[in-house]
Amino acid sequence: MDKFNKLTSIAAPLEMINVDTDMIIPKQFLKTIKRTGLGKHLFHEMRYKADGKDNFDFVLNRMPYRNAKILLAGANFGCGSSREHAAWALHDFGIRCIIAPSFGDIFFSNCQKNGMLPIKMGELDVQFFMQTATKGGEFTIDLEKQRVNLPNGAPIPFQYDEFAKHCLLNGLDDIGLTLEKAADIDTFEAAQKKTQPWLYSAKGAA
Amino acid sequence: MSEPRTLFEKIWDSHVVAATPDGTSTLYVDRHLVHEVTSPQAFESLRLAGRKVRRPDATLAVADHNVPTTNRAAGIADPESRIQVETLATNTREFGITYFSMDDVRQGIVHIVGPEQGMTQPGMTIVCGDSHTSTHGAFGALAFGIGTSEVEHVLATQTLVQRRPKTMRVSVEGKVPDGVTAKDIVLAIIGKIGTAGGTGYVIEYAGRAIREQSMEGRMTICNMSIEAGARAGVIAPDEKTIAYLRGRPMAPQAKDFDAAAAFWRTLPSDTDAVFDREVTINAGEIAPQVTWGTSPDEVVAITGKVPDPAKENDPQRRAKMQRALKYMGLTAGTAMTDIAISRVFIGSCTNARIEDLRAAAGVVKGRKVAASVQAMVVPGSGLVKLQAEKEGLADVFRAAGFEWREPGCSMCLAMNADRLEPGERCASTSNRNFEGRQGRGGRTHLVSPEMAAAAAVTGKLADVRALAPVGR
Ligand code: SF4
Repeated sequence: MDKFNKLTSIAAPLEMINVDTDMIIPKQFLKTIKRTGLGKHLFHEMRYKADGKDNFDFVLNRMPYRNAKILLAGANFGCGSSREHAAWALHDFGIRCIIAPSFGDIFFSNCQKNGMLPIKMGELDVQFFMQTATKGGEFTIDLEKQRVNLPNGAPIPFQYDEFAKHCLLNGLDDIGLTLEKAADIDTFEAAQKKTQPWLYSAKGAA
Repeated sequence: MSEPRTLFEKIWDSHVVAATPDGTSTLYVDRHLVHEVTSPQAFESLRLAGRKVRRPDATLAVADHNVPTTNRAAGIADPESRIQVETLATNTREFGITYFSMDDVRQGIVHIVGPEQGMTQPGMTIVCGDSHTSTHGAFGALAFGIGTSEVEHVLATQTLVQRRPKTMRVSVEGKVPDGVTAKDIVLAIIGKIGTAGGTGYVIEYAGRAIREQSMEGRMTICNMSIEAGARAGVIAPDEKTIAYLRGRPMAPQAKDFDAAAAFWRTLPSDTDAVFDREVTINAGEIAPQVTWGTSPDEVVAITGKVPDPAKENDPQRRAKMQRALKYMGLTAGTAMTDIAISRVFIGSCTNARIEDLRAAAGVVKGRKVAASVQAMVVPGSGLVKLQAEKEGLADVFRAAGFEWREPGCSMCLAMNADRLEPGERCASTSNRNFEGRQGRGGRTHLVSPEMAAAAAVTGKLADVRALAPVGR
């Protein structure tokens, strides 16, 4: 996984609440068996007109936001389905950090698994960032110090989960980390097999 | 004496493999369901890393999202869909996982298949790369949706690293009025707490109106927990749960079953257990629900009207409402029962179990689908379809003018050929009314199976309680 440490970029304001994963990446693009190449379909229905031409009302189609690595969004961003394609599409487009007052739970963790940094911040902070972003200028996200530095340099602190931060800073493969606990998993299974043997003998799936 | 615990806490505590001081837990996963859309990249990474599936015996795969609902013999016409389904077949063969192919009578929507096979059991942790995994919580299991990276993590380790969610109890007290279903209860709950109301929580549904629901009704309610933002919903297992599971192929058999049932009876929340948040709803006040907007919490009683954004004080909410009304082609103040529809979809993991089809057929019987409406029924699984055909329900639907299809997700998300055209308006028993969900520009009104049936025969959104009796 890519490491996430510091990021400096302009930020694109997407002033909508409840942006669901169907909006981020519609189902017709979920048929892929790859993780890459989804960026051109990001926000497809909003980004393109019915005739396939760019819709310049949409923020990510306007300069300079086309090159934004930071997305500012309204509450409950990424609600809806579990499709990791939503995170992959944002990543492929170039987005590395999303700041919103709240997120869909599964989307939030999907971002982190792809080396992207979703940050929850207060409603007022996000609104202020959006106003600031429309004036241009680069924000710097410093995960180590847990700060968003405004274009004028003013630092705004944010909270972050310790474990997720550790994984992002070091680009850790969490399957590898869990496999180090294989002995614990063996012990758990042996104990469960004794107390709930039917979980192992039922004609399951096998 | 030990502290009183909730159902969720009992399941969580008994599945922690390892905990770290910073509050994350490695949680054991008892059962893993897999479908074609969210798994190919997981298997691919597993292969690249040279890793194996830790418990193929605890994993079950089925293709549902992409499969055609007509003429199965012809295979899958769309090449991308075909490749995705074939990839699942190849992956499951390579890693030794049981797979129900499109030609297997047990094939169907993953969240209908698990319970139907008895794979879903109380006290289990169950995951699937699909947000509606919350459905399985109806059995008193902790079941939640995960992304593809987590699918890979579970395949490789049979565990997930999670932070413990908070608990919320939604008590639906009293008795539901006639004509009000599980779907109406859950839509009313979402209307009350909002689409982010459950974010960060596991919801336990409790109260008389929940206890009185059948297992099918409970699944409908837990299914839409995710529409309230909660990753999981649970309902205490009881004798109904146990009776439902007895004799199912993947449930414990013979003596094992009795031992399991004795354990299941210990799971319900202790009387004094404390929840982080409590919400109470009076079942007597719930009327049949219908959504008017593009988010599941944009919902009103069928007796209500399209709301007016001008009366919303919050500017972001107002903007969202205005956008929704524009997309839906609706004007504030319109009576819901004045809205004409042209499509009806009865299906999805929310409402395509046998009981749903019985309820819809009960309304349809002796009536005809309105001339202006194209209506279809997509059973949740091959076994549901077979049962409905045996009971004569399929004949009722066909005689009324419904199309009777093969099982799958179908027009719930329109990934196969079943979809709305731009501007088409649909009464749908599915769970999401997002923009474009059922086809670009398509307009979705979420309703119960009975209400969908009523819309089909009247050509409008209709109050099923007010339908004139069928003449003899
Ligand atoms: S029926 Fe709809 S909600 Fe359910 S699994 Fe299929 S696509 Fe998802």
